[in-house]
Amino acid sequence: MASSGNEEHGYANASEYIQHHLTNLTYGKLPVGAETCDGHTVTEAHWGFAQCGAEAKAMGFNAINVDSMAWSIGLGLVFLLVFWRVAKSVTAGVPTGMQNFVETIVEFVDNNVRDVFHGRNPWIAPIALTVFCWVLLSNLMDILPVDLVPWLLEQAGVKFQKIVPSTDPNVTLGTAVFVFILMLYYSFKVKGFGFIKELSFTPFNTPWLIWFNLPLELVGLIAKPFSLGLRLFGNLYAAEIIFILIALMFGGGIIFGVLGGVMQLAWAAFHILVIPLQAFIFMVLTIVYLSQAHEDH
Amino acid sequence: MNFNATFIGQIIVFAIFVVLCAKYVWPPIMAAMQERQKKIAEGLDAASRADKALEVAQHDAAGKIREAKEQAAALIEQANRRAAVIVDEAKAEAEAEAKRIVTAAQSDVDKERNLAREELRAKVAELTVAGAEKILQAEVDQSKHSELLDKLAAQL
Repeated sequence: MASSGNEEHGYANASEYIQHHLTNLTYGKLPVGAETCDGHTVTEAHWGFAQCGAEAKAMGFNAINVDSMAWSIGLGLVFLLVFWRVAKSVTAGVPTGMQNFVETIVEFVDNNVRDVFHGRNPWIAPIALTVFCWVLLSNLMDILPVDLVPWLLEQAGVKFQKIVPSTDPNVTLGTAVFVFILMLYYSFKVKGFGFIKELSFTPFNTPWLIWFNLPLELVGLIAKPFSLGLRLFGNLYAAEIIFILIALMFGGGIIFGVLGGVMQLAWAAFHILVIPLQAFIFMVLTIVYLSQAHEDH
Repeated sequence: MNFNATFIGQIIVFAIFVVLCAKYVWPPIMAAMQERQKKIAEGLDAASRADKALEVAQHDAAGKIREAKEQAAALIEQANRRAAVIVDEAKAEAEAEAKRIVTAAQSDVDKERNLAREELRAKVAELTVAGAEKILQAEVDQSKHSELLDKLAAQL
């Protein structure tokens, strides 16, 4: 969990250090009228990397967090490649090495799906496996020293870098909304109009209270992807901030430095529990939500 | 921390991951695992069947061994009985033979003795006659005194 000292890298103060570590590498369209970091006002809208947090904010929705996207895709590919390599040479005989490892995960996911999901849908288990492995890998990035990769990339001229995709609410909510889209798809596919009926007639099964039921159920429905995405984001973001705060101590002399090192280790050890737990929760909730979408009441 | 198009990007990227996983990763691994499960189940089944067969075979073997032992015991007993019979027969035969030999010897001895006695008698008669001749200094007419001589010989 080593962290390079912050002072010598040109941070004016702790606040700037934290700010820097919480800013994504954003590529987007800077609109007319926005103020750039060096104080100018943009006269012509143009695309480019945001030079500071304010610019990234001014870009609004017309921007993409390149670092989040890149790490997200990269980790997804790591997962797919590892599993695909095993899937290519998989044998029904005695499994060895990587196949053992992959099969353990596959079996774990499959057992969870079997426990919760009682329908017949060959897509649920692969969805759960992808969710679990991808979230797990994203969360694992949090264990890397907070300064290591950003500092290395800064040497190469990349100004901002957040290496944990799951600390980006865009990513976690995107994943959660993907699950939500699947929920809606399967709800309509399995229940058709019955899905609307289910929303309208619970908890009070009478047409006179549809005006009460429907908003209540809709809020409950919308809350699912939000809670799913924000839970993961909140846990990982909080952990990341604590890592950054502890890393700040390395700038405070040898005593704080040693203390900081111990705290980094302790927090990392604790965080190792949080990482798979959050991945597991995300996966189980995905299965539960999709299972609810399949259940006809 | 800003809400932006990354959100949309992640939805698309994740959808692609899921499709790739469901198409190329999950089915072969799952198929292999299920095949292995089936194989193991079959193996266990075969093992339990073999176990049962072994038990039956052991039972059979034990029965056969018992039977063979009984047969062997019966054979030995029969042989023993037969041997006793043979020994008895041999003994009886030997005794009979011995008796026969003894009888034959006895009769031989008797015959010899009789012969010897006859001879002796004849000799004694001769001697007697010779003695009487001597005593009488005269010839005893054999024919005249044969009756007397015979009587004498019979008395001897």
